[in-house]
Amino acid sequence: MSYSIVAMGTSWGGLAALTKLLAGLPADFRLPVVLVQHRGKDSEGLLGELLQDATPLQVCEAEDKVSLTPGVVYVAPANYHVLIEQGYLSLSIEEPVRFSRPSIDVMFASAADTYLSATIGVVLTGANEDGSRGLAQIAARGGKALVQDPKTAEIPIMPSAAIKAVPSAEVLPLERLAPRLLELSQEPTSARVRRAV
Amino acid sequence: MAVPIAAGPGTGGDLDGQSFKPDLERIEIELLLEGIFRHYGFDFRSYAYASIRRRLWKRIEEEGLSSVSALQEKVLHEPEMMEKLLLDLSINVTAMFRDPGFYQTFREHVVPLLRTYPFIRIWHAGCSTGEEVYSMAILLREEGLYERARIYATDINEVVLQRAKAGIFPLERMQEYTENYIRAGGKRSFSEYYTAKYGGALFDQSLTKNVVFSQHNLVTDRSFSEFNVILCRNVLIYFDKTLQSKVHGLFYDSLAMFGVLVLGSKETLRFMAHEDCYQQIAPPEKIFRKVR
Repeated sequence: MSYSIVAMGTSWGGLAALTKLLAGLPADFRLPVVLVQHRGKDSEGLLGELLQDATPLQVCEAEDKVSLTPGVVYVAPANYHVLIEQGYLSLSIEEPVRFSRPSIDVMFASAADTYLSATIGVVLTGANEDGSRGLAQIAARGGKALVQDPKTAEIPIMPSAAIKAVPSAEVLPLERLAPRLLELSQEPTSARVRRAV
Repeated sequence: MAVPIAAGPGTGGDLDGQSFKPDLERIEIELLLEGIFRHYGFDFRSYAYASIRRRLWKRIEEEGLSSVSALQEKVLHEPEMMEKLLLDLSINVTAMFRDPGFYQTFREHVVPLLRTYPFIRIWHAGCSTGEEVYSMAILLREEGLYERARIYATDINEVVLQRAKAGIFPLERMQEYTENYIRAGGKRSFSEYYTAKYGGALFDQSLTKNVVFSQHNLVTDRSFSEFNVILCRNVLIYFDKTLQSKVHGLFYDSLAMFGVLVLGSKETLRFMAHEDCYQQIAPPEKIFRKVR
């Protein structure tokens, strides 16, 4: 067994950070990536197109019940929550959580509860604290928590909150995140040391 | 590791990685949903798992309980708890003219079709508190079609239907709805349609003259008529694929030939048995015409 999914969340400054990060992943990256980037509730699919130009991975906007495929980046649509099910995604228009829909916390928590220790959570730049609770859930279920070094973030609030919530998180400068994800994607879980909780 | 439980996003109170047993919890959830079905008749057994689990845990935490089984005890023995849970499980988040682009496209591409009918029957399936029903009524009136239309607005939940009938929506949302209305191609001043009353915005009661509100359960009830338009936006997203497919069978059977099926903007007919029976009108909007 090894990691099965990457759950990624960002807000302010996210586009630039994501462009850089996703450009660093190879076309044969073997995990699906589910991404929440906060944005206006009526914004169309432009974010996906911009990211597609930056990465060799396939980028698509998440549709309800879409199957999770390795090496595909699923972008949460504006004004919907994304929930990770076993092998596919579900959408929801439940109330915003901490003023956010899509909510990083909601997506992260569903990843943690579905994929347990096979989940990698990544928190990038952002101007609010969404994602910190969800990242804590990923860590509590035995998954891997990665956080962009706040010093390299356009806005440090989101990564700082994530580090505070998950002191055990690996904190890496932006340019180190893609190589680290690649490493983790190739690492069998059995090789990982199970840390006592 | 100490993680504040109350701070969790409502998806499972037990954050101790060592003792979380997802398989056992799945059994508990399936038992609870089976019990609710057999005792109360509400069938949530084929709902999308992650989202129903999240909502069950919200209720569990709000009641100060610590497991799905503890909730089951209360739900089965206390009808009031079932009432609460029913509200939790039926998502009633909606807005007037939600996704304005859809209404714009509906005006441009569906209204011309509807003009060719002497009488128009519309089913709004899963209408919740009615915001989208009033939106459609306004659109039809502005297009001169309201007088020959009848809208059947149904929901599983009697409580939200009562609110839909009342037609009173929060005043503080009128600015948002007005912006939506304008972007949806609205032809008048939105404020003409409501008056501030009873601490809310009371909508023009003549908008519901041709609307029939009634309880209908998409999971267990059958087709009740034949329609020219079926609207079901952001309702099926809470169902698993099997149940979605079943409900699409119900919609297909309830739709007249060349009738129009409307889904939410991030829903798809892909992989559904009836996919080939429809043609998408004006993508990316999810407006489908029954062609076979």
